[in-house]
Amino acid sequence: MKALLVGEYREGKLLESTYELVGFAKKIGCEFDLFLVGSADQLPQVDAKLYLADVAAAQEYNPSQHKQLILDAAQKSGAETIVFLHSSYGWDLAPRVALALNAAQASEVVEATAEGYLLPACNAKLRRMVKAATDKTVITLQGGAFMAAEPGGSPQVEALAISADGNSEFVGYEQAEAGEVDLGKAEIIVSAGRGVGKPENVAMIQALAKALGGEYGASRPVVDAGWAPHDRQVGTTGQVVSPKLYVACGISGAIQHLAGMKKSEFILAINTDKDAPIGEVADVLVVADIKQFAPALTAKLEG
Amino acid sequence: MKILVCIKQVPDMESRFKVAANSTWFEESDLAWRINEYDEFAVEQAVQLKEQVGDADLTVLSIGPARVKEALKKALAMGCERAINIVDAAAHEKDSFQIAGSIAAFAKDKNFDVIFTGMQSQDRGSGQVGVLVAELLGIPALTTAIEFEYADGSISVRRELEGGLKAVVKAKTPALVTCQLGLNTPRYPTLPNIMKAKKKELLEIPIGELLTEEARLQTLSLAYPEKKGSALILEGEIGELVDKVIGILKEKTAVL
Ligand SMILES: Cc1cc2nc3c(=O)[nH]c(=O)nc-3n(C[C@H](O)[C@H](O)[C@H](O)COP(=O)(O)OP(=O)(O)OC[C@H]3O[C@@H](n4cnc5c(N)ncnc54)[C@H](O)[C@@H]3O)c2cc1C
Ligand SMILES: Nc1ncnc2c1ncn2[C@@H]1O[C@H](COP(=O)(O)O)[C@@H](O)[C@H]1O
Repeated sequence: MKALLVGEYREGKLLESTYELVGFAKKIGCEFDLFLVGSADQLPQVDAKLYLADVAAAQEYNPSQHKQLILDAAQKSGAETIVFLHSSYGWDLAPRVALALNAAQASEVVEATAEGYLLPACNAKLRRMVKAATDKTVITLQGGAFMAAEPGGSPQVEALAISADGNSEFVGYEQAEAGEVDLGKAEIIVSAGRGVGKPENVAMIQALAKALGGEYGASRPVVDAGWAPHDRQVGTTGQVVSPKLYVACGISGAIQHLAGMKKSEFILAINTDKDAPIGEVADVLVVADIKQFAPALTAKLEG
Repeated sequence: MKILVCIKQVPDMESRFKVAANSTWFEESDLAWRINEYDEFAVEQAVQLKEQVGDADLTVLSIGPARVKEALKKALAMGCERAINIVDAAAHEKDSFQIAGSIAAFAKDKNFDVIFTGMQSQDRGSGQVGVLVAELLGIPALTTAIEFEYADGSISVRRELEGGLKAVVKAKTPALVTCQLGLNTPRYPTLPNIMKAKKKELLEIPIGELLTEEARLQTLSLAYPEKKGSALILEGEIGELVDKVIGILKEKTAVL
């Protein structure tokens, strides 16, 4: 099998996650070429063929053009498998490429075996093994599922010319607003998830955080609902933290949340659901109602 | 303006899923069903757009067995005008190309100006159907929207990227938007609106007429993951649990 790895480039920089694609190809031991819309002075350090389109002409986000460029590269390279990251760039482009190539698509691959690809299902509670019934396959890799390869080497570059028009307009980026806390520096974080039930109960989590001498954090639904500000959000679209103690209160453990906290030294989870995926990373899972457990623990710590 | 919103009905994710050996899907009995979380944001945005432009016609569509009518009724109560159930008892066996192909076959001669979908379904999580529908119809797809604006035939969205970064992207209608969590605050249907929804049109179309694509992806098996984590599970009375946890924190961490 030969793979075409679709690297990522943003705000003038090659993204480190590109090396996860290389790590994947090396792990399964397949031949591979790279594709990148980027620039000649930010090349991935890999000994491989690189199909390169100039970002100055193609822009960092222009799906119709990038799709056509990937199709051109796929044809030149003869790859049967096109590999993206399951990221805002990858999940946007992958189905466009799959449709055009008459290929099957497997999204958010966590493991590749001789049998097929393993994907999460039902909020990561289950795993689904799938196999393509087509000659070509498009896959997106779950972030962090494959270890990044060490950068090293230099690619043989073949430049690609732009041949398609875009059907949308990329206006520009907006940075996240700076918040008041930097959770990345906190040694203890107690986070509220949707399991806390209602906005008033976030105070319970704040109180526990205070009793432990730490900061409070939150999962995304709690932030989306306006129960906590965005600078408290832990996860891929929030902050990545690695405190000495992380307490997950009523948080199911979706991959996007785990990506933000799984490197914590000690993880305590409180959840009514014994099977909640947070159990995969937690050191201790307390099966209890957070509305009873949090105040009881706070009282004992303060007492 | 003609608007379409596509919704999927999924099991409540807090359910205990039962999967038989050699099975490729979970048992559907004993599960509570709801609208895919991402699609609630899609329905809300569609209703808000209808309210903004005034003169708009809003259709909600779902492919699945008879039970998906419950999800469609909720969308009607939230403010959609008409519901379409593309009836397919085996929808869970279809891959994204077949689902998207059937939606596109339904939509192709209807001239929808704006189509909304969720960015992904919670049970499959493939994130494919929305983009595929747009590609099949030959219209732009703006994905992962966390803000949406419409004015004079032009759509502007903020796409959510990693780490809090956003990208502002625009397209002319007709266009499709895939909705990310937090795009808006989905409304709760009020009792009068639930009553009104009962009188709204709910049309059934058999999938056979619309299905043209072959499955490209085969599911071989579905299972609980092997437990990799070694979490110590504590159950019991609250007071005892608190004491145990304090003991463990004292022993295993340097924070107490
Ligand atoms: C592109 C993308 C980016 C994302 N980025 C992030 C991110 O940065 N951060 C993030 O957190 N999420 C993110 N998400 C969302 C993520 O997929 C999940 O939807 C989210 O993490 C779920 O939050 P939760 O665990 O609080 O809620 P739920 O998944 O609803 O879980 C609630 C949990 O509480 C438990 N519970 C219920 N009642 C109680 C009770 N009384 N006591 C104790 N436990 C109880 C339930 O058993 C359940 O496990 C992202 C999603 C996408 C698609
Ligand atoms: N059976 C279905 N009926 C209607 N819309 C669907 C169906 N399946 C998926 N969709 C839409 O496509 C989106 C993405 O789904 P998926 O590609 O399965 O992750 C969902 O959020 C829905 O808006």
